[in-house]
Amino acid sequence: MSTFPAIRFNVNGEDREVRVAPMKRLLDVLREDLGLTGSKEGCGEGECGSCSVRMNGELVNSCLVPVLQAEGASVQTVEGLAAAGKMHPLQEAFLQCGGAQCGICTPGMLMAATQLLSVNAHPTMTEIREGLAGNLCRCTGFTRIFESVIAATAKNREERIEEPAHAR
Amino acid sequence: MRGNPDAHELIAPGNLDSVLELLAKEPSEWTPIAGGTEIMVAHAAGRLGAKKLVSLWGIDELRFIKEKEASITIGAGATFRDLRAHPGIGVKLPLLAMAASWIGCIANQSRATLGGNLVNGSPAADSSPALLVYDAEIELASVRGRRRIPYSAFHTGYKRNAMLPDELLFAVHLPLRFAEQRHYLRKVGTRRAMAISKVALAATAWLEDGLIREVRLGAASLAPFPMRLVETEVALLGRALNAESIQLACAALQKEAKPIDDIRSTGAYRKRVAINLLTEFLTALATEGQGR
Ligand SMILES: Cc1cc2nc3c(=O)[nH]c(=O)nc-3n(C[C@H](O)[C@H](O)[C@H](O)COP(=O)(O)OP(=O)(O)OC[C@H]3O[C@@H](n4cnc5c(N)ncnc54)[C@H](O)[C@@H]3O)c2cc1C
Ligand code: FES
Ligand code: FES
Repeated sequence: MSTFPAIRFNVNGEDREVRVAPMKRLLDVLREDLGLTGSKEGCGEGECGSCSVRMNGELVNSCLVPVLQAEGASVQTVEGLAAAGKMHPLQEAFLQCGGAQCGICTPGMLMAATQLLSVNAHPTMTEIREGLAGNLCRCTGFTRIFESVIAATAKNREERIEEPAHAR
Repeated sequence: MRGNPDAHELIAPGNLDSVLELLAKEPSEWTPIAGGTEIMVAHAAGRLGAKKLVSLWGIDELRFIKEKEASITIGAGATFRDLRAHPGIGVKLPLLAMAASWIGCIANQSRATLGGNLVNGSPAADSSPALLVYDAEIELASVRGRRRIPYSAFHTGYKRNAMLPDELLFAVHLPLRFAEQRHYLRKVGTRRAMAISKVALAATAWLEDGLIREVRLGAASLAPFPMRLVETEVALLGRALNAESIQLACAALQKEAKPIDDIRSTGAYRKRVAINLLTEFLTALATEGQGR
């Protein structure tokens, strides 16, 4: 229905516009209207974190955001992690450490981990557990996910060391 | 997802005055939605009755934390992330900072607002016990102006409160006179992360010359709404802290607490745990000695 007024926001660096019911969940708009099916629906009630995305630099569960409240926001989904065909260090770490099995929780885990590392580049195990406490996984038993995040922070550190001074 | 987004109107006027005018023009017609962590869950389950919603998200006039010498004022639209990130709250209102860290997970705290927690009015709301023992005041706003009431008079029944249909919760005022008192807060839930409490007890107290000069007890899930345990406080006031007064306080709590049975726990369990928490607080207070 195009009787709805336009709602505009930025997703992964691109300006987007949708005309949908303002109470439509951001999760459904991402998946159905924008074709970004990386974010998953587990519970639909804020308990599992499989729909986690970042909105204006904060982690949110997109199943609990009416799309009108995303108006003017900048949203980052799992599709926005890889840059120029190169996986994000967290994605590489999940791949190497067995942080993903069936993969349903993975996009949300990656976004929660991205959020954590954006405010705390070298989290302790306790901080990782708190940062990912809202994300449930039925497959891995969590240990490998936590290890993946630690591996990614180690990588962060290497890259920072290797980075030439002018790039900083 | 059982709710139908087309069945609900949602508008975002973007500033406080426009929202208040809307509420004045059509009182009881419009339901505010702040972070949506209660409303969207009801929506998903297909049990959101409200047909017309007005968004408070993104209204800066509601999302603030102001620190003065003798008080901290928190806008209703401040999120629990905002509360946790505020250095003054961490140092001067530690029980509130602690409670904020318990509200669901990071993703929930980025959206859940203090105002939404209080207006939703769950008997188990995590911010409530801390606000009760810090003697918080609630500021309500409408086109008619502002008014302030003690938080202890805000909840009037199960999910009922003193707000009128044309009012919004504007802010919460917290006096800082408790900074030097003894503080206590403990939540008992099923697991550490993401669990709604079965019981929670908060306390502030001031002991002088071995006597209890001031004591405030705030509880979640011991009544149909978050409540000060006034009778238990009275049983302690002016007394020396010892085995006998602790027992008297527990007996008063036994009488005063009226917890319910629900899916999370039984009333009998809640009462037992509350008494254990009170005993833990008072025993620590007795052994840690004086201190304000
Ligand atoms: C996964 C999950 C875990 C949770 N865990 C906890 C927990 O551990 N402890 C806990 O206490 N809660 C918990 N909650 C509940 C919820 O997050 C909180 O109650 C939150 O603070 C509600 O705020 P909100 O802004 O999201 O409310 P909304 O859903 O936007 O609104 C809630 C109610 O308040 C009204 N309202 C909001 N703001 C105002 C205002 N300024 N003036 C007047 N009315 C207003 C709305 O009309 C509505 O009735 C959890 C929720 C979820 C989904
Ligand atoms: S689908 Fe959003 S938290 Fe589970
Ligand atoms: S990998 Fe299957 S749920 Fe986490």
